[in-house]
Amino acid sequence: MSNWVKAMALSSALVACGAMAGSTDVDAIAGIGREATPNEIKAWDIDVRPDFQGLPPGQGSVEEGESIWLEKCAVCHGDFGDSNEIFSPLVLGNITAEDIETGRVASLTDPGVVRTTLMKVSTVSTLWDYIYRAMPWNAPKSLAPDEVYALVAYLLQLAYVVDYDFSLSDENIEDVQAIMPNRNGVTTDHGLWSVDGETDVMGSDCTSNCVVPLEVTSSIPDYAMNAHGNLKDQMRDYGPFPGIQTAPENAPVDVDVDPVTADRAVPEAALQSNGCLGCHRLDSKLVGPSFAAIAEKYAGQPDAADYLASKIRQGGSGVWGSIAMPPMPQLAPEAVDEITDWLVAR
Amino acid sequence: MSTDNKFSMGHIRPAPESFLDRDLIADVSANGVNSTRRGLLRGALAGALAAVAAQATARPDDPAIVEPAPWSTRLGNPVLTNPYGQPSRFESATIRRQSPGLTQTDEASVSFTPLQSTFGMITPSGLHFERHHQGWVDIDPRQHRLMINGLVDTPMVFTMEDLMRMPSVSRMHFIECGANTALEWGNSAVPTVQYTHGMLSCSEFTGVPLSLLLERAGFDLKRATVLLAEGADGSSMTRTINIENALDDAMVAYGMNGEMLRPEQGYPLRLVVPGAQGVSWVKWLRRIEVGDAPYATKDETIHYVDLMPDGQLRQYTSIQEAKSVITSPSGGQRLMNQGYYNVSGLAWSGRGTVTKVEVSTDGGRHWQTARLEGPVLPKALTRFNFDWTWNGEAALLQSRVTDSTGYIQPSKPELKAVRGTRSIYHNNAIQTWRVMPSGEVENVQLG
Repeated sequence: MSNWVKAMALSSALVACGAMAGSTDVDAIAGIGREATPNEIKAWDIDVRPDFQGLPPGQGSVEEGESIWLEKCAVCHGDFGDSNEIFSPLVLGNITAEDIETGRVASLTDPGVVRTTLMKVSTVSTLWDYIYRAMPWNAPKSLAPDEVYALVAYLLQLAYVVDYDFSLSDENIEDVQAIMPNRNGVTTDHGLWSVDGETDVMGSDCTSNCVVPLEVTSSIPDYAMNAHGNLKDQMRDYGPFPGIQTAPENAPVDVDVDPVTADRAVPEAALQSNGCLGCHRLDSKLVGPSFAAIAEKYAGQPDAADYLASKIRQGGSGVWGSIAMPPMPQLAPEAVDEITDWLVAR
Repeated sequence: MSTDNKFSMGHIRPAPESFLDRDLIADVSANGVNSTRRGLLRGALAGALAAVAAQATARPDDPAIVEPAPWSTRLGNPVLTNPYGQPSRFESATIRRQSPGLTQTDEASVSFTPLQSTFGMITPSGLHFERHHQGWVDIDPRQHRLMINGLVDTPMVFTMEDLMRMPSVSRMHFIECGANTALEWGNSAVPTVQYTHGMLSCSEFTGVPLSLLLERAGFDLKRATVLLAEGADGSSMTRTINIENALDDAMVAYGMNGEMLRPEQGYPLRLVVPGAQGVSWVKWLRRIEVGDAPYATKDETIHYVDLMPDGQLRQYTSIQEAKSVITSPSGGQRLMNQGYYNVSGLAWSGRGTVTKVEVSTDGGRHWQTARLEGPVLPKALTRFNFDWTWNGEAALLQSRVTDSTGYIQPSKPELKAVRGTRSIYHNNAIQTWRVMPSGEVENVQLG
């Protein structure tokens, strides 16, 4: 019997004993809180379990998924889900027909292979649930169920689990589960589910003349000591343990605030609430160009504000590279004005 | 061992700044160091060193004592200069930090607690590590709701007013990300304890016992085996929770270290699951579903799964097994001279209470018991201290914890022998800091 099953059996027994009712009788708080309405539950209870409890009906094809993908997902994940720019790759072609046959992705044992989402995921419900609740990155919960079906179908096709003419639906998703490449690749036979679980590793209780390896096999190379910044600045400089000077002496000091732009307040609320900062940084390139670079490029152009406003609303590509900016029609006109005014004034 | 004479074993050298003129300190403090002041500083330092040499015959008076200091000769600041208090301006090194290159975005990222600079068992709220999956949000508590649904008689909705009106409990618990020390499975990768162990904090949490809320909703005792906890942020992060453990000591918390939770820690409501890894402590908690089968959410199927050498992914790994680390001296720090040092660190166990911490200064050949500072609480950080006299030679500092289940923290080779090096999560191996004859301390692994 696995630890998991044991824990499950134990939990029922404990619950029956009323292991912790707190010291307060629940009757004392009988008037606090209210019953949830069916519509409230429907609005929030959106989770989908591996047995597909909670899955809304619908369907979507690989082809439909591809067009939604290119519009809303490729900007971060790449056209084929293989980008490593913003997130770890979703698919890289490390899944074989034999994996699909056995339900174990063999390349997971290969240290040279980058672990992708499709290599690891054992349950197709996980993809559906997560895309529906959390994607896209800058506009979570904006996808309709049919769009989620289509996107899951597209991802599965990228991993060659289904063909390009496939359409995924609530009717056939169980069949897809039966061919998920790593469906047999997970285990719950371990002691880390429960506080009372059994460990699989134990240290030694030896206290003297212990036979232990004493050769230093790994340390931080000198050239990497400053990779996290000057360690001297990361410790108290007056206590018994000052930091090691790892930066060259008299190195230029980083200036966090650009004095030229500091006096013009950053419209943080507008940038944050509209997801702009998911792709743009103030002073460095991320997915898209930095705001500083945009401001510099359009400095002095009389129509800059209008042009930038149209770019925000309609999106575009080619000006700053091949990664497209998706259209942002959801931005309130005031937010667009605030952002463009700030950019032009920088 | 007698400790009567421990302070006489090394020579304690006064810090060089004690030889600086008060006016010069005030000037540098106000205006920074320019070339003139730098020359004065050099001169003062040379004088100080000469003074040390001449110390045997005549100890000079300490200007910090004999010269009037500006703070002793002026009117201080009024109350409410900072309505919400701030640390001293001299403590600017004590901040959370990111590990460069660890994540490509700052919204799905981590900032680490500066463990090298904190004391005792409680982490200041502003230094509590951050781990967000889709950025942090600051939720209007008047608009926040907690729903309990699933296998219950009555699906319920609670406002913050409801929750804060209920009987409350306050407990101190550690929270550690399952990926803490993840960068160190293969090699020494990061230089300081902030980055090796800084996804770790301990706070006093105040809230309502989860068991009480579940009873209020009338959960199905016979069928319920798990809970799903869900956040209100963009990612609406979800995790499957072990109901057995949750009924024991989990709470729905709004308070942290005497104030409301910080937004980065889930304001106004988070789940506290003592002993479990941080990702189970769902922030901005909006819903708990009582269920009879696990949910296989993204953060327990694609991430937070532990890859074993045979290619199997361990799923629903939650508990943080016993672990300890020396926080000072630690990587990136420097011992100034030989003699006495208070070796200090933290120990914790997700399965119970710390019962013993041992310290080795020779890489694990010999171990001595450290002092545990109280209070020693279940599933909380425990501070330990150890007297050490450094003789100026290379040393390998380690700590090893034993918990109330009898579990002993494994060495890196012991852990790797079972779990391999690619598991990412749950690296609780013994940490080694090498002290060089120069006094510099560095992060190393032994093999």
